[in-house]
Amino acid sequence: MARNSILGVFAKSPIKPLEKHIRLVTKCANQLIPFFAACAENDWPSATKVRKKLSKLEQDADALKRQLRLELPGGLFMPVDRADLLELLTQQDKIANRAKDIAGRVLGRKLEIPEVLREDFIIYLTRCIDATEKAADAINELDDLLETGFRGREVALVEKMINQLDEIEDDTDGMQIKLRKKLLTIEDDLKPVDVMFLYQIIDWVGELADLAERVGARLEILLARK
Amino acid sequence: MDILLSSGSTLVLIAAVVGFFMAWGIGANDVANAMGTSVGSKALTIKQAIIIAMVFEFAGAYLAGGEVTSTIRKGIIDASFFVDSPELLVFGMISALFAAATWLLVASALGWPVSTTHSIVGAIVGFAAMGVSVDAVTWSKVGGIVGSWIITPLISGVIAFLIFNSAQKLIFDTDKPLEQAKRWVPLYMFLAGFVLALVTIKKGLKHLNLHIESPDDFIYAGITAVIVAIIGKFYISRLKFDENASRTTHYANVEKVFAVLMIVTACCMAFAHGSNDVANAIGPLAAVVSIVDNEGQIAAKSAIAWWILPLGGFGIVAGLALFGHKVIATIGQGITHLTPSRGFAAELSAACTVVIASGAGLPISTTQTLVGAVLGVGMARGIAAINLGVVRNIVVSWVITLPVGAGLSIIFFWMMKGMFM
Repeated sequence: MARNSILGVFAKSPIKPLEKHIRLVTKCANQLIPFFAACAENDWPSATKVRKKLSKLEQDADALKRQLRLELPGGLFMPVDRADLLELLTQQDKIANRAKDIAGRVLGRKLEIPEVLREDFIIYLTRCIDATEKAADAINELDDLLETGFRGREVALVEKMINQLDEIEDDTDGMQIKLRKKLLTIEDDLKPVDVMFLYQIIDWVGELADLAERVGARLEILLARK
Repeated sequence: MDILLSSGSTLVLIAAVVGFFMAWGIGANDVANAMGTSVGSKALTIKQAIIIAMVFEFAGAYLAGGEVTSTIRKGIIDASFFVDSPELLVFGMISALFAAATWLLVASALGWPVSTTHSIVGAIVGFAAMGVSVDAVTWSKVGGIVGSWIITPLISGVIAFLIFNSAQKLIFDTDKPLEQAKRWVPLYMFLAGFVLALVTIKKGLKHLNLHIESPDDFIYAGITAVIVAIIGKFYISRLKFDENASRTTHYANVEKVFAVLMIVTACCMAFAHGSNDVANAIGPLAAVVSIVDNEGQIAAKSAIAWWILPLGGFGIVAGLALFGHKVIATIGQGITHLTPSRGFAAELSAACTVVIASGAGLPISTTQTLVGAVLGVGMARGIAAINLGVVRNIVVSWVITLPVGAGLSIIFFWMMKGMFM
């Protein structure tokens, strides 16, 4: 009988699931903070536990991504471009994937962050996760954007958030350079392979912020179309 | 000719029963489309929707259904072809009713969104063109009716686009959307009340023997609209808002105001649906009654018998009471992503378009008009996702309905001819 009614015309909104997805993704990235805290104390069992939780969140995000893709067939008439929306979703998902990679690599090698770097590294990590949370805030405005027909004040507000996101990312770039310099000075006291992987981890953590910025960029493109 | 004298009352009885059955079908099925948006956006509970539908469907049918009824009754067919054999027109009209009601029943069982208007127009054209003569159909008039089916969704889409954009400008894209909503929503209520009251006064009060001349009609409509707006304002002022709401829940508060507005537009929609669609059931019945009463004379001008409009109205209400609950409940359970501010724009523009078309005597499809309005809001980037596949299905069902209605009506026509002659 549902088909016999006008309400069949209204398809399921992709906006709420998209918002839910980014919330899952940031929750996943956030696990890196307790994860590295456990690593610092050489508490590998609890680090394993945190990684498991992180991995579960990543899987949830993956499942939601797949479901959202299936629910967005062609032939939907939407206020935003379908391709843009799917691209945004892909970008969001990459954050969770990267977080999982980081945890996996560190745990697999029982990689220790050298004492000297530790404090700076945590600040750097926190800042990168800030970027993902800012991105989530911006994505969470999508339902209000829908309320206002994707124009006017609400768009200005989101653009402001995206600018803030860019600033955070700039911040993390500077921190990354400093961290690398510091690592360079102590390089000779560490195992060469560990050093290689330390550079990689620093890179990957920075990528969290990069990816968050790209989410913001995709959102901007989404708003600019039409 | 003799058949009309010998079994005239039997024929009237058959026509009345089938007409009531058709009205009942309209009430049971079609009303889901008319009330669906209100229930879907959670502005009304199922019970409220049923009560509103009962009152306003009946009011619409009784007060403003006369004009479309005349079109269905005598606009489509050239009466001069039936002067010598009025019984053919009687059989034809009963067959058309049978055909449309049957198709409505079949389509409902299969879950196809058909239009009752399209079925009855197709059925009448069918028996007249095939059963009698191709020239028996007033093709220019039919062309106008079919043309209106394309134009009215367009018009209602444009109106919905404009209403939605005006709401954006006046309310959503401002510093204090809630205050703006409280200020402007009564104006939309005024608008809805005005259109409804004007059409009722202009078209509906005629057969109640009340005549109000212009420009008095505008004044009365204006007064009614002001009363509607004041009642609305009172209810809005009684709403409880989450005062320390952040910016995000700010829109939730705004939607609460729109939910009140949606009660008004739901009344409009029920009224519009009643005024337009009751004719599909009682137009043919009115034709039969008029011919039998005049003993075979096909009167060019005759008032619709007093009991016919209420019969249609009661038919719709009976359908609602028996099955409407189930149909609307199905809708209520479905997940919809429709907020009252969008639903109101779609409903108000669809209702205005239908009511105005009814006033002009054009039998249009309520569902098509509403779909047009929804697309209009979609164009204004107001709806998260519209299923174009479903829209296509609705359009296809609309095209299919015409030949099916015509075919069924021809079959029934020949059967009746065989039975009575």
